[in-house]
Amino acid sequence: MEYSPPPFFKTGPSPLARLLIFSALSLAFLVADNRFNYLASLRQVAAVVVYPLQRVAAAPASIVRRIGDFFTTHGSLREDNARLAREGYENAALLLQLNALQAENAQLRELLDARQRLGIELAAAEVLYAARDPFTRKVVIDRGSQHDVRAGQPVVDNHGLVGQVTRAYPWLAEVTLVTDKGQFVPVQNVRNGLRAVLSGTGSDGALELRFIPLNADFQSGDELVTSGIDGVYPPGLPVARVTNVERRADQIFARITGAPLGGVANHTHVLIVTGSRELPPRPAEEQKQARGKKPRKS
Amino acid sequence: MAESRIAHQEILLPVRAGFIALSLIAALLLNLLPWSGAWLWIKPDFVALAVLYWCIEQPRKVGFVSAWMMGLIMDVADGTLFGQHALAYSILAFAGIVLHRRVRMFSGTPQVLHVVLLLLMNDLIVLAIRLMAGADFPGLQYFIGSFVAAALWLPLGALLRLPQRPRLDPDRV
Repeated sequence: MEYSPPPFFKTGPSPLARLLIFSALSLAFLVADNRFNYLASLRQVAAVVVYPLQRVAAAPASIVRRIGDFFTTHGSLREDNARLAREGYENAALLLQLNALQAENAQLRELLDARQRLGIELAAAEVLYAARDPFTRKVVIDRGSQHDVRAGQPVVDNHGLVGQVTRAYPWLAEVTLVTDKGQFVPVQNVRNGLRAVLSGTGSDGALELRFIPLNADFQSGDELVTSGIDGVYPPGLPVARVTNVERRADQIFARITGAPLGGVANHTHVLIVTGSRELPPRPAEEQKQARGKKPRKS
Repeated sequence: MAESRIAHQEILLPVRAGFIALSLIAALLLNLLPWSGAWLWIKPDFVALAVLYWCIEQPRKVGFVSAWMMGLIMDVADGTLFGQHALAYSILAFAGIVLHRRVRMFSGTPQVLHVVLLLLMNDLIVLAIRLMAGADFPGLQYFIGSFVAAALWLPLGALLRLPQRPRLDPDRV
């Protein structure tokens, strides 16, 4: 005779079996997404599901901000107005010069038969919230692939580089800030044109120039701008100012830290650089293979 | 002494599935609020708290599937590794389901002590995954959220039990 539990007690697989199933599934997701990038489409679907909730959750803060904007005082408005008018005059003088310089530059480039520098196009976006992940520095903005935002586009504010779009969802995009530990920006020293790679440190307001020889000419106060040699960031965007240079004889590299110029931690609006640059074609891959094969043959 | 520690079990109405779903969505909304700066450290993980609560109170209605789905949603919303919250919440759900009889025996502080350990375990799983993926240890303030969440456990429990309270019928003696 067979004794089986009455249907009332049948609850499916045991908790341990279920735990193993779901853990294995989660681990598979972790590996598939982070190593091989297989699940990008599933992420997109989940993002569309969460989108309304994200908008609802972000609403109270933006309403509070708008109410705060409404009740600005007469004094602060007048102050702002005076400051803006002054800035407008100052910028107008610079702009006049800029137009003349641009025309001159274009002519000179034509004379030299050099490639024309493309102007950059900017699209404004609002920062919805900072991603709640203590391990990274990211913000989420309210523009996505429906507004032609693509992963890889640089993000700036009115002072300098803020970060880079690393993931674009249909109506939202994730921006990894320059202070993120895994974010690298090729930069150039404005003072002497030295190129270097700037990386974040994972803490707000600190950036680091890595692998700079001890005798390299970097000084505290140097301004670093994007060099543009990576083809991602347009050249000349202000990125950081060197705050500290530490040279110790017992180390191979100098320890150079800087502070970001863009308002990395405190912004509500950012600009996405959308214009794409035409780059010269990469050198053919054959050379690389040939170089790789040589040692094997000899 | 021993008697006072044991929870007095209330007789409650069966919980509606819609109410559970609503509470999970509310927890998700609380997590998605634009927390920033120091608030980010203090912020308890409301979804973990809600999942743990329902796994302990209603282990037959809320379990791995909902915990895992909530984890995936959190991963997408936070832009974290796809699956880290899913794994952590699955293990949290397992602990809640296995320990639900034991935890419900206690009331007050002893129950909160159980909960804080489970939530810290949840944090440790996420931390282990991120350290393996190459992140830096963000500092001990990373664990503050779990203690805040544990402090919210009793008020949250009272709140979520309210709709299941049987209505007192004044006509009946």
